[in-house]
Amino acid sequence: MKMTGAQILCDGMVKEGVEIIFGFPGGAVLPLYDTLPQYSQLRHILVRHEQCAAHAADGYARATGKVGVCLATSGPGASNLVTGIATAHLDSSPIVAITGQVARAFIGKDAFQEVDITGITLPITKHNYLVLDTASLGKVVREAFHLARMGRPGPVLIDIPRDVLAEAVDFHPPSQTELSGYKPTLQGHPAQIKKAAKLIAEARQPVILAGRGIIISGAHDELKQLAETAQLPVITTLLGIGCFPESHFLSYGMLGMHGMAYANMAVNAADLIIAIGMRFDDRATGKVSAFAPDARIIHIDIDPAEIGKNVRVDVPIVGDVKVILQALNKLITPIEHIEWVKQLDTWRREHPSISIRDSDGLLPQYVVQQLYEVTQGEAIIATGVGQNQMWAAQHYCYHKPNSFISSGGLGTMGFGLPAAMGAKAGCPDSTVWCIDGDGSLQMTIQELATIVQEKLAVKIAILNNGYLGMVRQWQQLFYGKRYVATPLSGPDFVKIAEGYGLPGLLVKHRDGVRPAIEQAMAHPGPFLIDFRVEPEENVYPMVPPGASLAEVLEAPKPETKAADSAKLPVSNI
Amino acid sequence: MVVTKHTLVALVEDKPGVLNRVASLFRRRGFNIESIAVGHSEKPNLSRMTIVVDGTTTSVEQVRKQLDKLPDVIKVSDITEDNIIARELALIKVHATSATRSEIIEIVDIFRANIVDVAADSVTIEATGDEEKIGSLLKLVRGFGIKEIARTGRIAMSRGGPGLLPLEGKSAKANNKK
Ligand SMILES: Cc1ncc(C[n+]2csc(CCOP(=O)(O)OP(=O)(O)O)c2C)c(N)n1
Ligand SMILES: [Mg+2]
Repeated sequence: MKMTGAQILCDGMVKEGVEIIFGFPGGAVLPLYDTLPQYSQLRHILVRHEQCAAHAADGYARATGKVGVCLATSGPGASNLVTGIATAHLDSSPIVAITGQVARAFIGKDAFQEVDITGITLPITKHNYLVLDTASLGKVVREAFHLARMGRPGPVLIDIPRDVLAEAVDFHPPSQTELSGYKPTLQGHPAQIKKAAKLIAEARQPVILAGRGIIISGAHDELKQLAETAQLPVITTLLGIGCFPESHFLSYGMLGMHGMAYANMAVNAADLIIAIGMRFDDRATGKVSAFAPDARIIHIDIDPAEIGKNVRVDVPIVGDVKVILQALNKLITPIEHIEWVKQLDTWRREHPSISIRDSDGLLPQYVVQQLYEVTQGEAIIATGVGQNQMWAAQHYCYHKPNSFISSGGLGTMGFGLPAAMGAKAGCPDSTVWCIDGDGSLQMTIQELATIVQEKLAVKIAILNNGYLGMVRQWQQLFYGKRYVATPLSGPDFVKIAEGYGLPGLLVKHRDGVRPAIEQAMAHPGPFLIDFRVEPEENVYPMVPPGASLAEVLEAPKPETKAADSAKLPVSNI
Repeated sequence: MVVTKHTLVALVEDKPGVLNRVASLFRRRGFNIESIAVGHSEKPNLSRMTIVVDGTTTSVEQVRKQLDKLPDVIKVSDITEDNIIARELALIKVHATSATRSEIIEIVDIFRANIVDVAADSVTIEATGDEEKIGSLLKLVRGFGIKEIARTGRIAMSRGGPGLLPLEGKSAKANNKK
């Protein structure tokens, strides 16, 4: 049977289960766009900037656990994807990026809209392909999806010359993917698992550090079983949020730069760290030479290159987190760490970390907390980057995997709205809120047009502080309060929203918060709320850059409202 | 941490861009490649690379693991600690006059090297051996005046054993130690 490259590509995507493509057309991909209508299973969502196509594919992937797909034309279309691909790469998010390329005869000639996108994305993709042989395209598509989701997931790019898309060749469906160069280990080494079980049995002050790997491998139940059987306190990384219910009595929040003081104290005092599906990022560990000084470390991860990369490890176990935890759970006998857990509870009482200070002003933390209450923790939250991101992480109580979507590794401002858009497209029945900063949102605000056109009911809460707030906070604390290039003026977001065709509300007072959120929830379509929050509110606790986790800066005025209800275990409320 | 010279060998897909992928990984992780030699291997679709880098054992192990993740890299080993045969080929063009030519030939003979070209004012020596041998040869002929040197960089192989990619089922275990 004769098929064009474009048909082979579409056919391959349908077979891989693709439902949605986030894309933006141009000359080099016209043969593909012309073919798309033949494949009604493939919904195309037209973004307003290719960066957002990649972020939306990423948001879709993080919300659904499936591979997200984005599409751009050659040259500027492809180079616009770069930030989105890098964001997905650092957070191990499975996306397949498809780019058009100039026709084969023009490659290497600096032709119109030619960029070497495989060269550019070499260090930020798991793998990439330049397809020069149309007959190989079916196999490439199959391999690309396989690589994107297998083992440690990540972005894969396929660059396809225009004439390859247009050319018709005899089509033979690709046989089984056989990648001799990529065979991740899934089963953990039994002897290592035994050693881990022994360390857990002997530990007096153990903690679990749970990362996004648990969400990716779907190991939440196994994690819970492990934690409950051996009474192990669970602390998550930023991207691990949601892998363990934060209302659980063994949940002690997040560690790291803006983690809970008590979580950082626990890590610092621990005699055993069970690190699962996390990579000891410097924002999580603080000064790495002073990280968990008294602890032995068990590190479970699917990527052997993560073992020993940043911290020394006593018991490495390479493999799929879920498979390993299942094996480990078989060896764990019930243990109690009553004294240790009591100690953690005391620290939590003495250093509540995320209680909201008393103020008549409109506090951003209060907005997030109200969002939690109104949505009852059932929403998917996508965030911008900066203070808004940290408040969204701290003051919303997450209890399901895939419910917190944030650019952790790259810290990409502008991620929030397109990621929320992707999440909503993938999970139309879920409530999706984008908690964003006034700075971050302005980097990708044009996607308001996309959510209106595509009827994606994304709700947007801007924590509008009139500043690039996180940078301002650093200037305040570490640069003598010299606010250089951080004040932001305007725009009128409500007018902007109206201009794009969605309703917006301005909220300036505390009393207005809840009704506004309720109104947004009651509205069937997308909705934007501009919360004018305290301009110089800071994110606490904070481990200053370069300091160890033991050196936590806490909010200056420790007297607080009755401990916040959001993050305390159910049993304590 | 002690920095030492490491020899890595890799079997990679024989496809365009693979050398770039490998070299780019060393660059990104901050390694200076001292030499890299690429050629065919015993497998029809695979090339063999020998890469020499300076680094601490842990940092080299880190790049080795990163290399291993590249789908185009089928197998990569750090064979520094193995009992290995390491060789390189050098072409050395030495200034020569009728007065010095025989003395040069004598040195070349001692090193079991060959003269592969003779011109009016030069001879070109072809030498194979480990870096030390080539270094010693260079030292001895330097006095005559060296016009040009080309060296391939090291290629290396473990002595005995099953090879980097043993045939299916054959003593795969011996090879799994890395
Ligand atoms: C693309 C990009 N540029 C610059 C930065 C550096 N940066 C980190 S946080 C931040 C401020 C973000 O401001 P805003 O979105 O208003 O959030 P806020 O901190 O005020 O909540 C900046 C500029 C970044 N993370 N990403
Ligand atoms: Mg701001």
